[in-house]
Amino acid sequence: MIKNSDFKICFSVMTVLTILVGLFQSWGIALSMLNLCLISAVMAMGVNIQWGFAGLINFGVMGFLAIGGLATVLISVPPVPEAWSAGGIGILISGLFLLAVVFSVLIINKRIPNHKYKNYFIFVIIILSIPLLKFIAGPSISKIESINAATSGFLGGANLPIIFSWFVGAILCALVAFVVGKVCLGLRSDYLAISTLLVSGIIITIVKHEEWLSRGVKNVIGLKRPVPYEVDLQNSEWFIKLVEFLNSSKLSNVLNFDERTSLLNELVISSSGVFVKLCFSLIFLAVVLIILYFSEKALNSPWGRMMRAIRDNEEAAKAMGKNVVKQHLFIFMLGSAIIGFAGAMLVTYDGLFTPSSYQPLRYTFLIWVMVLLGGTGNNYGAILGGFVVWFIWIQSAPFALLVIKIFTNHLEETNYIKEHLVNSVPYFRYLMMGLGLLLVMRYRPKGLLPEKIIKN
Amino acid sequence: MDFLNSIILLTNFIIVPGITYGSQLALGAIGVTLIYGVLRFANFAYGDLMAFGTMIVILVTWFLQSKGITFGLLPTALLALPVGILLTIAVSLFFDKTVFEYYRNKKSDPVTFIVVSLGIMFVLNAVVRIIIGPNDINFMDGHKFIMKAREFKQMTGLNEGLALKSTQVITLITTIITCSILFYFLNKTKTGKSMRAYSNNEDLALLSGIDPKKIVLLTWIIVSILATVAGTLYGLDKSFKPFTYFNNLLPIFAATIVGGIGNPLGAFYGGFLIAFSEIGLTYAYKKFFKYIMPEGLEPSTLIQFISTDYKFAISFAILIVVLIFRPNGIFKGKVI
Repeated sequence: MIKNSDFKICFSVMTVLTILVGLFQSWGIALSMLNLCLISAVMAMGVNIQWGFAGLINFGVMGFLAIGGLATVLISVPPVPEAWSAGGIGILISGLFLLAVVFSVLIINKRIPNHKYKNYFIFVIIILSIPLLKFIAGPSISKIESINAATSGFLGGANLPIIFSWFVGAILCALVAFVVGKVCLGLRSDYLAISTLLVSGIIITIVKHEEWLSRGVKNVIGLKRPVPYEVDLQNSEWFIKLVEFLNSSKLSNVLNFDERTSLLNELVISSSGVFVKLCFSLIFLAVVLIILYFSEKALNSPWGRMMRAIRDNEEAAKAMGKNVVKQHLFIFMLGSAIIGFAGAMLVTYDGLFTPSSYQPLRYTFLIWVMVLLGGTGNNYGAILGGFVVWFIWIQSAPFALLVIKIFTNHLEETNYIKEHLVNSVPYFRYLMMGLGLLLVMRYRPKGLLPEKIIKN
Repeated sequence: MDFLNSIILLTNFIIVPGITYGSQLALGAIGVTLIYGVLRFANFAYGDLMAFGTMIVILVTWFLQSKGITFGLLPTALLALPVGILLTIAVSLFFDKTVFEYYRNKKSDPVTFIVVSLGIMFVLNAVVRIIIGPNDINFMDGHKFIMKAREFKQMTGLNEGLALKSTQVITLITTIITCSILFYFLNKTKTGKSMRAYSNNEDLALLSGIDPKKIVLLTWIIVSILATVAGTLYGLDKSFKPFTYFNNLLPIFAATIVGGIGNPLGAFYGGFLIAFSEIGLTYAYKKFFKYIMPEGLEPSTLIQFISTDYKFAISFAILIVVLIFRPNGIFKGKVI
């Protein structure tokens, strides 16, 4: 694997970009960019598994990221006992009711194979169950939401280490993807795109408005971390010694004891932030490498060849006795699980869960740009796309500002057009993304690192 | 009296807003469906095309207002509409020439078209936000209300008021005019018929000597007109915000598919179906039942099917139900 030239391109681009930003801006910025690049790379690999391997168009990335994010809340936040005692039973009962509805629909669907009014009957059951569900759950929900509304107002989670939530997020996403896939995967490509986009809209609406579950628009802040906190680092002996050792040349120049202590203090504070980010980077890098390893293995296995065969010619694959529907469902679940994993990673890194920040442009279409730009069907392409696109996304605002400053240099500071342009700098990133996507689609339709098929 | 009151209540809170919102969605959905029927792809840039057209209308409105020109009782935006339409047509044709034409000649698959329309979506999104900013803009001027709830109460002596905003009437009238012209064009004129023929069977249409370039040009012109009109009406009725326009793409898609993709009449009904279910299912009928139920049987709860938070989700859910049971839409799609 290491001999692969794509691997070298991909990770050298990453290293160069990080070092450049580190030298010209600061190491803190460089590392946080690197971390988000790595998370983006995981997301892009998830989409790539669905689109690149199997040709399934999934515009519901945002929804799966949000489910992954929700998992961090459900797993890592300490439970709220008052809320549980106030409305826990009601919520459990309504959960059982929901399960009962689902099973009755499934049973009707199985047992009555071809009745004329079967669909209408199922439809009526679902329609009736919604007000009933509201009737059962309503009182407990309002009870839960009224307990400490300003600080909690939700059921809380399981108080487990947050790393678990990454896996739970992946499993939850796979389950949701199973349901979505059962419903939508039979559709033609463009219908599938639209319907997954709409499903992700429904998921976001639920996460945003079911406050008893996720605190909704009130956000969950101060999530746990898998790495040490800055404050703890600043007070621990070994870290101070480490900083002292690393900066010994700088410190030895200062002879005055007081000055030396204050300089050391400053260094400890600034490097504690960098250290935390570095820990995150290592964890994320490990995740990227593990997923990369397995998905490369899968791609070059008989299973991967079968997926490509299904993608390139579904009819022929069917004729060869491959179960296309089953494989599509499986790969849809697999890809969504990886996206959910990335969603949980993202929320863990941010340390807060803000359901209202999930917007399709940033969380669905940007990920798609990463995959298309990097190279469909090539895992390294997805990773490269993640790095490059996130780098452009972050750096296009300062870059646009620079360009605007150069071109409007002759204008006064209070000039209306100049002020307006400077204020709208953040939106140039959309322009860059759009132009980048259009150019790549036109001149390199297979992406920067096209798919390589190893022939044995 | 109670019966009349209940009818007025429903008219005020469901029927009038439903017709207004439905018209806006219908105009948008017809545009999406035409693109799908003739050019054969789902245009994700449509919401931002609407935003672009509306932005031009707003800019021209501001310009006219600064010159002291208004349209009397009607909003000035209606005067600015032709300029907006022209520039939107120009932008659509520009993107067609620079982007879509290449892929059309190459006969790319629908997914490639979707992806490049995403690129255009990003670009238009940026252009709109850079020029006019991401904030809420209210550009409605002229006479606001045709009838206020209080006036109606005084006039009829009923308990319930019926408010009628002038934007609601303008929306309805504009939609009727636009749709009549459009359906007359598609069904009666020779050019319209050739467009339908092209949509139905491209090869056969080419054999009959229909010029595909002309058809494509015409489609973009009609679509741009519809997008600008729908966007402006929505903006007049509510307000202009680029992000809302992007989000409106989703119910518009839902209306398009529910009505049968590629079927303009279906899209028209689909728009109203989505609008009425969004409003009808999230309305709390408590007051309504108070009027029509005998005394002592009044409901104690809100009688609301689902809370207003799920307004958008309803249209998506309808769409998914339709996709499962009738993937071609309620009105058979794929022929315009």
